[in-house]
Amino acid sequence: MDIRSQMTMVFHMDKCIGCHTCSIACKNIWTDRKGAEYMWWNNVETKPGTGYPTKWEDQEIYQGGWEKNGETVSLKGAGKMKGLKNIFHNPNMPIIDDYYEPWTYEYEHLFEAPEGDDQPTARAKSLITGENIDIKSGPNWDDDLGGTPDYARKDPNFENLSPQEQEAMFQLEQMTLAYLPRICNHCLNPACVASCPSGAIYKRGEDGVVLINQEKCRAWRMCVTACPYKKSYYNWHTGKSEKCILCYPRLESGQAPACMHSCVGRIRYLGVMLYDADRIEAVASCDESELVDRQMEIYLDPNDPAVIKAARKNGIADSTIDAAQKSPTYKFVKEWGVALPLHPEYRTIPNLFYVPPLLPAMATVENGTYNTTTDSLWGKIDASRMPIQYLASLFSAGNGEKIKEVFRKLMTVRLHRRDKTVGDLDIKELNQALADTAMTREEADDIFRLTSLPLFDQRFVIPAAHREEAMEMLESTADVKGNTGFGFKEMPARGL
Amino acid sequence: MSDYFLFVGLPYAALAIMLIGTILRYMNKGFTVSSLSTQFLEGKKLFWGSQSFHWGMMFLFFGHLIAFLFPKSVIAFNGDPVRLIILESTAFMFGLLSLFGIILLVIRRKNNKRVQIVTSKMDKVVFITLLVQIISGVWIAYFHRYGSTWFATSLTPYLWSIFAFNPDISVISTMPLAVKIHVISAFAIIGIIPFSRYMHFLVYPIAYIWRPYQKVIWNWDKNTIRIPDKWVKGVRSKNN
Repeated sequence: MDIRSQMTMVFHMDKCIGCHTCSIACKNIWTDRKGAEYMWWNNVETKPGTGYPTKWEDQEIYQGGWEKNGETVSLKGAGKMKGLKNIFHNPNMPIIDDYYEPWTYEYEHLFEAPEGDDQPTARAKSLITGENIDIKSGPNWDDDLGGTPDYARKDPNFENLSPQEQEAMFQLEQMTLAYLPRICNHCLNPACVASCPSGAIYKRGEDGVVLINQEKCRAWRMCVTACPYKKSYYNWHTGKSEKCILCYPRLESGQAPACMHSCVGRIRYLGVMLYDADRIEAVASCDESELVDRQMEIYLDPNDPAVIKAARKNGIADSTIDAAQKSPTYKFVKEWGVALPLHPEYRTIPNLFYVPPLLPAMATVENGTYNTTTDSLWGKIDASRMPIQYLASLFSAGNGEKIKEVFRKLMTVRLHRRDKTVGDLDIKELNQALADTAMTREEADDIFRLTSLPLFDQRFVIPAAHREEAMEMLESTADVKGNTGFGFKEMPARGL
Repeated sequence: MSDYFLFVGLPYAALAIMLIGTILRYMNKGFTVSSLSTQFLEGKKLFWGSQSFHWGMMFLFFGHLIAFLFPKSVIAFNGDPVRLIILESTAFMFGLLSLFGIILLVIRRKNNKRVQIVTSKMDKVVFITLLVQIISGVWIAYFHRYGSTWFATSLTPYLWSIFAFNPDISVISTMPLAVKIHVISAFAIIGIIPFSRYMHFLVYPIAYIWRPYQKVIWNWDKNTIRIPDKWVKGVRSKNN
């Protein structure tokens, strides 16, 4: 058992209002630079939709992620042989038009245009070439377009749906959408790390954040192909790849990442989970139907004395173990089992989990009449507006039972709260729901509290980074006595 | 006199600049070392240009290297005229392939506005030197046959004399103009390696072949951090 600690995240899709505040917070801090204008380390897409970059989920096009290869996994579109063969031209790499060409507007013209018969306009100018452009697409171009032919119908997830189910999603009365906020998953089996020929990408041992060393990156661009989530971006100006850094400078000083801190709907949770690194290969290469269950096994119970002992032996700090015990993500993912990984079939073992959106069908059309009555107050899970199979394609490698299991739990919480606050439910129905999901009323209350009324410190449990210890390993603190500290590389000694 | 300048002075200057320059740049300006790929801005036209240029170059580079390192083996190999013809025509084909590639790449650079934006002055120098190098090479292969043999007998000794710090230019100064241009531009290319994107061929990721796929880095050794007698002085970070 090789226990390591990993920063994990949970996004609660029911709470996401699609305001893009997270994207803006991230952009303002990290990617508001030349060459990075088009990058959205954090983006929020509308599902069903084609996403960003267009059709990123279609691995027939982009060849991202891993594929099962006997008892192990191999990279689909990169790796030692394929990577070095394609190093002069990478056939599976998205180009800027698959994202969008960044632009600005010529605002000065509004003030400086010479007097004329017409109103001056601010034309769109490409941020790459500086020329006038006709905007073909932009960030969140398919925002809210959940039923449109151009975007929603081209969603790669429809492949797993029957024609009837697909058609149902485009009926005006049933049309629906959900927001899918995405950042780097900081995977346990990162495809980007494995694909990097120059070894510039690495996973930080202490907290599992995946980073690109900008001094070592040589623009071989294999990470862009290999990441199935397309969360590694090529900076066309500097000739280096960049990706979400989980705001590690903020994490190290105990602050939540900017996207999470700024989240208006408070949908985001961040916490530590302990995992067994020895099991990574076995989990990544297991049968597709087992992927979610096996991934859950890799995360260990931080309250188990044996796990604590092994973690201490591995040098994990007590403060980290303490944070793991209080981790909100551990509760959502392991204890309650209501959060699932995005596209586990890519076999990267992602560490960002989603509570799928419970969108119950409140009305149906029968013989042309709009029928708003349902059998029970909350509708039936099977009549979910977003087809179970569609969500299964997103979160459980096509296993609809997994989604239903989560939905039953989420529904039980709602029934419990209805009973507690209004009290008009048939108690048998509630007890049946609790028994079916093996949930106690206390547990249902806990889920409700962490979902609806969590405090800041409950949403983000960030362990101390122990920079004081790290510093002592790097250098003797006495050595730098008398140094000025900020920005100087030399001692402030008198010059010649 | 000018021969001394071109075939003794230039090679030593170029080699010294290359050695010192690349090491300094690699150590201190690691961020600038990149292949500066433009595939992200234009992907389709790059395919034929980049593939044919790079693979052609790779073959020719190792061909020259072998003739430089093992001249006797090459001469022995060429003893049989059939093998000589096969070697010469293969090398010529790869020369044409590189030429075809570089021409496509130049056209792409010139015609694509996005790629133009990221083209620096040094990139133009790179293209010009490459064109001179490849055209002169193809010219020599066609008009001054059979290079693979006479290179090994006359130019390899010249190159060896350079590296032995005992330069002997008696043979090179009698060579045809095309050969002289080829040699001069070769050393010019070596000299501008540290100041241009040529640098990227020195960082070809050969180590990828034997490194494990996954890479985990600890800032400090998680097992020894709390054990005083195992405490080791770490490597001071660059910015501290």
